[in-house]
Amino acid sequence: MAKTESSLKNMLLSLTLITVVSSASLGFVYEITRKPIEMAKINKKLEAIKAVVPSFDNNPDKEMFKLPSGNGDSLEVYPAKKGEEVIGYAVRTSTDKGFSGYIGIMAGFSPDGKIVNTKVIEQKETPGLGTKMTEPGFKDQFNGKDPSKFVLKVKKDGGEVDAITAATISSRAFCDALEKAYNTLKKGGLI
Amino acid sequence: MSNLREFTKGFFRENPTLVLLIGMCPTLATTTSAINGLGMGIATTFVLICSNVVISLLSGYIPDKVRIPSFIVVIASFVTIVDLVMNAYVPSLYESLGIFIPLIVVNCIILARAEAFASKNKVIPAFLDGAGMGLGFTMALGILGSVREILGSGAIFGFKFIKGDGILVFILAPGAFIALGYLIAFINKLRKA
Repeated sequence: MAKTESSLKNMLLSLTLITVVSSASLGFVYEITRKPIEMAKINKKLEAIKAVVPSFDNNPDKEMFKLPSGNGDSLEVYPAKKGEEVIGYAVRTSTDKGFSGYIGIMAGFSPDGKIVNTKVIEQKETPGLGTKMTEPGFKDQFNGKDPSKFVLKVKKDGGEVDAITAATISSRAFCDALEKAYNTLKKGGLI
Repeated sequence: MSNLREFTKGFFRENPTLVLLIGMCPTLATTTSAINGLGMGIATTFVLICSNVVISLLSGYIPDKVRIPSFIVVIASFVTIVDLVMNAYVPSLYESLGIFIPLIVVNCIILARAEAFASKNKVIPAFLDGAGMGLGFTMALGILGSVREILGSGAIFGFKFIKGDGILVFILAPGAFIALGYLIAFINKLRKA
C-alpha cells in the first residue's frame, strides 16, 4: 500500500481524525470510570474516619463542616455521633513540611481533647523510611495522648515524640499536622 | 516461527531495560517494591500492546511528516485510559505509582517500538512485539523490585520474613542503580556465555 503523501491536506486530515477519535474514546472511558473513582475516594475517606474515631452510627460525611485553622485555610471536620451524642471528631489535616512535601492525615479526637487514633491518607515520603509513619510502631504513640500535656514535638526538638530513625523530617511533619488539627478544634471550641 | 521470535526477543535477546537500556527512569524510580515494579510493568505492557497494534494499523495512512505527533496522541490516549482505570479499580497501587503512570507517555520504550517496529510491520508481529517487550520490561522491573524489597526491607510482596529493617540503601535511589548495575552485569555474562 502506498504511503499517504505528506501534503498539507493529508496531514491536517489525519491529525484531526486521530485526535477526534482519541478524545471520543477518552470521554467514553472517563464516563465509565467516573463513578468508581468517586466511590473509591468516598470509601477511602469513610474508612479513614472509621479507623480514627470510636464506632458511630451517623454519616460523618454528610455532617462535615469546615473550621478555620487560623492560617487562612480551613480543615474539614467530620463529627462522629452515637445517637445525638458526639463521641469524636475526625479532622482531615495536612502539612507541607514532609520530606517530599504534602502529607494528608485523618486525625481522630475525643470530645475531651485526646487523640484517639490517626491515619495517613496521602504521603509521598521515602519508602522504607518516612513511610513508617503509617505503621503502628510510630503512630500509635499518639493514641490516648492529650496534646495540651503531651508536647507534639520530636525529642530532638525538646518534645515527647519518638521520631522514626532516619526520618526526623517526616516525623516532624506528622507532629505539625496533628498540632494543626488540635489547634483548629480548640479554636473552634469543640474540645 | 519468526512470529515466535518477535515475541521472545523482548525477554532476553533484546530486553528493553536489561539489554537495550531504554526506559531507565521508571525502572529506577518505581522498583522500590516487587508489587510496584510489577504494577508499572503491567500498565506499560498494556499501553505498549495497544499502541503497537493501533499504530501498525494506522501507519499506512499517516503522512510521514506528522507520524511522531500522531503516535504520541495514540500513546497518550492509552496512557490516560490506563490512568483512569487504575484510579477507579486499584486505587492503592495507583497512589504508590503516582506520577509515573501519566509519565508512561514519555517512556521511550513505547515510542521506540512504535517508530522502529510497529510502523513498519503488520498487526500480528506488532502485537507480539509489544507483548514480548512489555512482558520483558515487566519481568525486569519485577526482578529488580523483588531484589530491592528483599534486601531493603526484608520482605517480598509486602510479606515480611525478617524483623526490623533491611539494608535501607536498597530502597533509596542509590540502591536502584547498584541493583540494576549488578542485574545488567549478570545478564551480560549470561548472554556472552
